[in-house]
Amino acid sequence: MIPSTVPPKYKVFVDPERCMLCERCTTECSWGVYRRQGNKILTYPNRCGACLRCVSNCPRDAITVTLNQSCGREHPVWTPEVKQDVVTQAKSGCILLSGMGNAKEYPIYFDKIVLDACQVTNPSIDPLREPMELRTYVGKKPEKLEFEYVEEEIDGKKVKKAKLETKIAPNIKLNTPIMIGHMSYGALSLNAHKAMAKAVKECGTFMGTGEGGLHRDLYGYSDSIITQVASGRFGVNSEYLNKGAAIEIKIGQGAKPGIGGHLPGEKVSAEVSMTRMIPQGSDAISPAPHHDIYSIEDLAQLIRSLKEATRWKMPVFVKISAVHNVAAIANGIATSDADAVVIDGFKGGTGAAPKVFRDNVGIPIEVAIAAVDDRLREQGNRHKISIIASGGIRNSADVFKSIALGADAVYIGTAAMVAMGCTVCGRCYTGQCAWGIATQKPELVKRLEVDDAARRVANLIHAWTHEIQELLGAAGINSIESLRGNRDRLRGVGLSEIELNTLGIKQAGM
Amino acid sequence: MKELKIDANDMDYRELNEKIHEVLDENKDLEKLVLENVLGQRFIGNGISRKDLTMIVNGVPGGDLGMFMKGPKVVVNGNADHAPGNTMDEGFVVIHGSSGDVTGHSMRGGKVYVQGNVGYRSGIHMKEYKYKFPVLVIGGAAKDFLGEYMAGGIILNLNMDQEDTEKIEGRMIATGIHGGVIYIRGIVESSQLGIAADIKEFTEEDIEKIKPYIEEFCAEFGYSNEVKEKLINSKYTKIAPISSRPFQKLYTPDLR
Ligand code: SF4
Ligand code: SF4
Repeated sequence: MIPSTVPPKYKVFVDPERCMLCERCTTECSWGVYRRQGNKILTYPNRCGACLRCVSNCPRDAITVTLNQSCGREHPVWTPEVKQDVVTQAKSGCILLSGMGNAKEYPIYFDKIVLDACQVTNPSIDPLREPMELRTYVGKKPEKLEFEYVEEEIDGKKVKKAKLETKIAPNIKLNTPIMIGHMSYGALSLNAHKAMAKAVKECGTFMGTGEGGLHRDLYGYSDSIITQVASGRFGVNSEYLNKGAAIEIKIGQGAKPGIGGHLPGEKVSAEVSMTRMIPQGSDAISPAPHHDIYSIEDLAQLIRSLKEATRWKMPVFVKISAVHNVAAIANGIATSDADAVVIDGFKGGTGAAPKVFRDNVGIPIEVAIAAVDDRLREQGNRHKISIIASGGIRNSADVFKSIALGADAVYIGTAAMVAMGCTVCGRCYTGQCAWGIATQKPELVKRLEVDDAARRVANLIHAWTHEIQELLGAAGINSIESLRGNRDRLRGVGLSEIELNTLGIKQAGM
Repeated sequence: MKELKIDANDMDYRELNEKIHEVLDENKDLEKLVLENVLGQRFIGNGISRKDLTMIVNGVPGGDLGMFMKGPKVVVNGNADHAPGNTMDEGFVVIHGSSGDVTGHSMRGGKVYVQGNVGYRSGIHMKEYKYKFPVLVIGGAAKDFLGEYMAGGIILNLNMDQEDTEKIEGRMIATGIHGGVIYIRGIVESSQLGIAADIKEFTEEDIEKIKPYIEEFCAEFGYSNEVKEKLINSKYTKIAPISSRPFQKLYTPDLR
């Protein structure tokens, strides 16, 4: 075996003064960092990924996990991480996998955009006493409304009555513009799925199933569910399609644009195999393209076939990852009977992605929203399709800015997981998640308490919703509809002229 | 037997399919529905969940015939466009003619029998689960990429226009296959296979396995006993996955 020349990234220290040898850390750590030997807890820090499960569970606060400083020669280019990757690949000859979103320091445009607020001439609105309308409808909107007027005689008088002639396409109704995006059962545990379903139901919003089908235990939540159809077509049948309120076709994903999904056989447990309808223990492969989609016309055909299967009662979304020609693609999607386009930025999380994709492929969501909204407006197609933004939405300000840039609503993913206890350690692909979120191991899954996790996710959505109301009030607006694409409410700080132009916003001070 | 007819002449696909839904909703005891003058209308039978129903399609149905369908038997008197049986759940699609690309795409149960040829990428990503076992039988020839990413079920390619000693055309057969099995009448060389596929020995057991499908195929399309016997006693190439986890070794097992 080739020895590792890179020291462990983290240092794990158990304070012998405080430790009472309860051995809790040895069971809590699913990675095998701890072992008891005699009157001592031994540690194997090279296995540690800093998920901090042990730290949170040590009854004596005896454990500290810190970044290991003794990393050999310091070098600004050949950092320990870069070296570690080279060594790992030199040993195995394999593709590096990783979990969660892009971990490189690209600029976060959200943080270089500030919001506008009202002062004297146009007063702000107090959301505590004025109604703030956050209700959002996702789906096609009619270009204009047409009425038919019929004369009727009521009490001997001729009265003109208006009847709506325009057919309104099915939309889904959200009480807040925040939904939980698609994370599959298989990648996540059943308890995590149940918690999210409970939370979105309470908040009057939606969650996506991801591409893993819908577990029967969640059938009761079908009014709050968006089912997903990916290239692997796992768990997809007409019953499943009719168990949601909307359907989403997954073309691409922000964490790994241009490639498919792959749930390794280890995670395909009996329940997962039943939900996906594939044999237990076999790989669940979703190839990069859908086999029946090789053009925008083919995509239109799949959209229509899904509508046929549900008798045109449900909106169909199409999810693509943010790439440089996203505006043209979204415009094509708008003309193909789809009701919403989901754009997933390169900061979007994932259960497993080749690290090289996670960290290097795709573009930031902020510019993608602006580009898509611009193009759809230019082409007169904006009403034909809603825009859902996802991938790196971290707080209510990000939601607000996304909508002001042009989105109708957002999907959150990582934020909901962090609410449930995820520490973004990025090892979801191992199936060993010590917090019971991204695992199928029964002993780990049960660590996630459904009601408690649901409470936290619901609280998070409620809290952001309140904040959005406050932000709207400060901007002198009383409905989220008036914020959509209202880029005059945004100003850039520290951005180049070309960046400002791409985002379609003005420099602060102007 | 209760039978009804719909004339699809000049009907848009949505109109036709809605009409089919209406007729089925109103006639719960309907056993046979005949669609006349079908000319390219797509999605016929899409999502229909019903047993003991036969739909006769006279004409040429458009793409995605029987998509997401559960239960019915659909008999096409004519050719079919691409992807008949797409993501089908249960049921039986019988095509008296040829069909287009991606025939039987992601089929998860039920059967598709095509008398003639099929297009590219047929049987792609078919998958099985316990009692759900999809079957694709092709009477004629199949184009390239047959059974790619196949995850379950069976594909039987009879190549009836050829002798069983001839080399079969077709490239990249069963790329990424990780479940199920493909039987091709005639000779296939390993250079014609995609990654993850393997040629296995064709045994007595395999003959027993394909026999009922050949019998059913001959019965559906009215072939003589002689033809049937010839097909049963032919030489087949059996193609199966090397492993149910073909890409296991592609990713590093190291913790990151
Ligand atoms: S991986 Fe997590 S549980 Fe294990 S030692 Fe590190 S911090 Fe503790
Ligand atoms: S889900 Fe679990 S494994 Fe994944 S990043 Fe969060 S804590 Fe780590």
